[in-house]
Amino acid sequence: MNPVTQPAVSSAPTEQLKIVIVGHVDHGKSTFVGRLFYDTGSLPEGKFEQLQLIAERRGVPFEWANLMDALQSERDQNITIDTAQIWFQTKKRQYVIIDAPGHKEFLKNMVTGAANAEAALLLIDANEGVQEQSRRHGYLLNLLGLRQIAVLVNKMDLKSYSQERFNAIETEYRKFLGSIGVEPKCFIPIAAKHGDNIAVRGANMPWWSGPTVLEMLDEFKVAELPKDQPLRLPIQDIYRFDERRILAGRIESGTLKVGDRLLFSPSNKASTVKTIERWNAPSRDTASAGESIGVTLTEQIFVERGAVAALETAPPYQLTRFKARLFWLGRAPFRKGQIYKLKLATQEAECEIEAIDRIIDSSTLGTISRKENEVFVGRNEVAELTLRIKRPVAFDVHADIVTTGRFVIVDGFEVAGGGIIAADNYPQRTSDSLHKSDNIYWSHGKVTDEQRARRNGHPGCVVWLTGLSGSGKSTIATELERELFNMGKHAYVLDGDNVRHGLCSDLAFSPRDRQENIRRVGEVAKLFADAGIICITAFISPYRTDRELVRNMVLDGQFVEIYVNAPIEVCEQRDPKGLYVKARANEIKEFTGISAPYEPPTQPEIALQTDQLTVSESVARILEYLHVQDADTAITI
Amino acid sequence: MDYLSKLENQSIYIMREAFNKFENLAMLWSIGKDSTVLLWLARKAFFGHVPFPLVHVDTTYKIPSMIEYRDRLVRDWQLELIVGKNEEVLRTGVTFPNGKATRVECCGTLKKDGLKQVLDKHHFTGVIVGVRRDEEPTRAKERYFSPRDKNMEWNVEDQPPELWDQFKTDFQKGTHIRIHPLLHWTELNVWEYIERENIPVIPLYFANEKGERYRSLGCAPCTFPINSNAKTVREIIEELRVTKTSERSGRAQDKESEDAFEKLRRDGYM
Ligand SMILES: Nc1nc2c(ncn2[C@@H]2O[C@H](COP(=O)(O)OP(=O)(O)OP(=O)(O)O)[C@@H](O)[C@H]2O)c(=O)[nH]1
Ligand SMILES: [Mg+2]
Repeated sequence: MNPVTQPAVSSAPTEQLKIVIVGHVDHGKSTFVGRLFYDTGSLPEGKFEQLQLIAERRGVPFEWANLMDALQSERDQNITIDTAQIWFQTKKRQYVIIDAPGHKEFLKNMVTGAANAEAALLLIDANEGVQEQSRRHGYLLNLLGLRQIAVLVNKMDLKSYSQERFNAIETEYRKFLGSIGVEPKCFIPIAAKHGDNIAVRGANMPWWSGPTVLEMLDEFKVAELPKDQPLRLPIQDIYRFDERRILAGRIESGTLKVGDRLLFSPSNKASTVKTIERWNAPSRDTASAGESIGVTLTEQIFVERGAVAALETAPPYQLTRFKARLFWLGRAPFRKGQIYKLKLATQEAECEIEAIDRIIDSSTLGTISRKENEVFVGRNEVAELTLRIKRPVAFDVHADIVTTGRFVIVDGFEVAGGGIIAADNYPQRTSDSLHKSDNIYWSHGKVTDEQRARRNGHPGCVVWLTGLSGSGKSTIATELERELFNMGKHAYVLDGDNVRHGLCSDLAFSPRDRQENIRRVGEVAKLFADAGIICITAFISPYRTDRELVRNMVLDGQFVEIYVNAPIEVCEQRDPKGLYVKARANEIKEFTGISAPYEPPTQPEIALQTDQLTVSESVARILEYLHVQDADTAITI
Repeated sequence: MDYLSKLENQSIYIMREAFNKFENLAMLWSIGKDSTVLLWLARKAFFGHVPFPLVHVDTTYKIPSMIEYRDRLVRDWQLELIVGKNEEVLRTGVTFPNGKATRVECCGTLKKDGLKQVLDKHHFTGVIVGVRRDEEPTRAKERYFSPRDKNMEWNVEDQPPELWDQFKTDFQKGTHIRIHPLLHWTELNVWEYIERENIPVIPLYFANEKGERYRSLGCAPCTFPINSNAKTVREIIEELRVTKTSERSGRAQDKESEDAFEKLRRDGYM
């Protein structure tokens, strides 16, 4: 094949790469950008003359940095305050150059610039050498997920273009980067002010055989969109501009097809993609990472902003705590005991520090120690910590899926910190009955149910108490257990609060988690009943279908559903755990009877009106029922 | 994904965030190419709808065909339009070029104050504006969600951090947020997108018989055409790929002093 001819200047660029310039204050970042533009002929007409005029008018030496440092306050102090972006083009592609400030005071602006970039150039002054922000910026680039980093050793003119000096800085800084797991692409010696090794090699460093900056830039790669990762579609909004109900959002990872079964976290509702919506674009039945689209569903389920849609086979975690590495930019520190707002994808939730494992000085990499009663992360510090969130949120580990693995913290009106979610052994939700294995058989022992019942004097069964919080379930359950025990029967209570501490500690109160909670309790109760024990359970168990599920797990007649019924006003007045007060104050979300539904049994074996019956009357009714059943069917069960 | 689609998807994301987060949201429409692309992107984001009013701050000095074009699109695309005018200043006549105000002062009262009056009257807390970073150096430092205090002032020395598409959506009462969904586009990108999407733009952008066209549109007394033979969108794209003159070279108010434009923007100009 013939070699490809050089494209004409006006040929369309096919890609764009965003690159951030970072490093310690005054190490020459803005000067570098100005010079890069000049040497590549990228300055607009008249700009160079304008920069000269500025220096003349102010009676100061000419500064390339004034191309980027456009604010009067920046020019007055010869410093960059805020990140600026400028466009520039090589034959290969278009670049967005993001010039970041180096002064510690403006670290939030550096982070703003770096978080937007796909690659970074870090400048180190050959004369001053590696400084505090040289290291801190290196650390933060890595934390922000930037993996393509090149280091420019600038102001080589001040060190007589010495190869030894360059080597010494390279050795020192390479070691630092190595200690945080960063492998830089290359080190290049330059003199930004004079243009050495930027666009052209120049005669001052004949010992340098590596690339110029311009040559090296084209070696960086444009970040690829994570199309092949698990699907994550955080919902931004629900639109009903016409009859259709469109869920709008941007696919952050993976690919979505019409007909896909979507699971929405953390509400755990599922539905199927009916259409993928776009406006004034060819219609396609698939969409993948990076696309802002809309979807309509076949079954209309309740979905709101914040929900994360995923395929049922690979959902995100949904928990109320996670471990993270966090950087803090706020003026006021990030304090334990204070409530903040977490923003993760399109979710928002209140959160607080549960525990801080380590606070790191991101420049020295040393651990910062504080007095025991001072638990906070200060400005510009980095911490490894555990966050507790008020309600379950859907998330991923940052190393697995980037966009659902990072978050920001809002303090008052301000975004004050950000972080990435660390790996840990987070409980992945157990699959529900829909995908349970068909290949597991129940193994039967050599002792029969009849033998057990004869030995115990009664068969095992499940006495299932259901009702609102405060209706009297636990009181009746424990009283019933004592009565049975005194009568020489084998009885045991499974109580909601106790189970939540252990067996179900990974579950929250979403409909799906409640369902899972009840399913687990049902399975345990079934084992107790199978062991010949009268298992009494005291769970709100608000959903009819969940209770039916348990009924179907055990043998016919073994499930005794008892509706512990008291009007909500009575329950609220009793409020033995002070929960109604909190729920009314909105401190507890999804509280049954107030902000979550309760579905009363339609045909319970027993209904107890506890606002009219005493505890012993209620217990007597149950004993009566069990006795009757005992007499009639004891041996046949 | 090609880079124009990347720009487009990002703008749609921003626009949807704004629509979700602000009860009282409006979009500034200067009738120029940028705000018309912005309008197009809104229709993309909301599936053919524009679910907020457009605000046009009319200085009464606009080139007449701009107003005709505006009213036609309002009809064709079924838009809700609010026209704001600084009646007080127009009545007293302290404007440019009659000698009573400099160009910059005139921009300040007719556009900036005119805007403030509309925002105050309708209690808008979010205003979508089609500025781009490549237009001029202070805009190069802008955020996507950029707060303005109760006097509309921009505290450029202390802007909020903005990362990972988590924007500033919490703000004090009395202040407002400017939302800039086109910030990451260049002038060239805008024309490439106009070509790709076939978006109708005002004919003033195309070269006339005298070989002149407008590259940026403003008020008649302060906006001058450039020499050009670009008669089609394609020809404009070709021209921009090789030109070295800056986009706002035909805007006279930028040149009154080194910091003229910075001052205007700090005070709340777009
Ligand atoms: N001798 C010499 N001076 C340089 C060189 N590069 C930059 N400088 C000078 O270093 C000073 C600081 O340069 P800037 O470009 O403003 O530094 P910066 O890194 O952008 O600073 P901040 O953005 O404020 O962190 C200016 O006075 C430059 O002229 C160089 O290669 N050689
Ligand atoms: Mg600088």
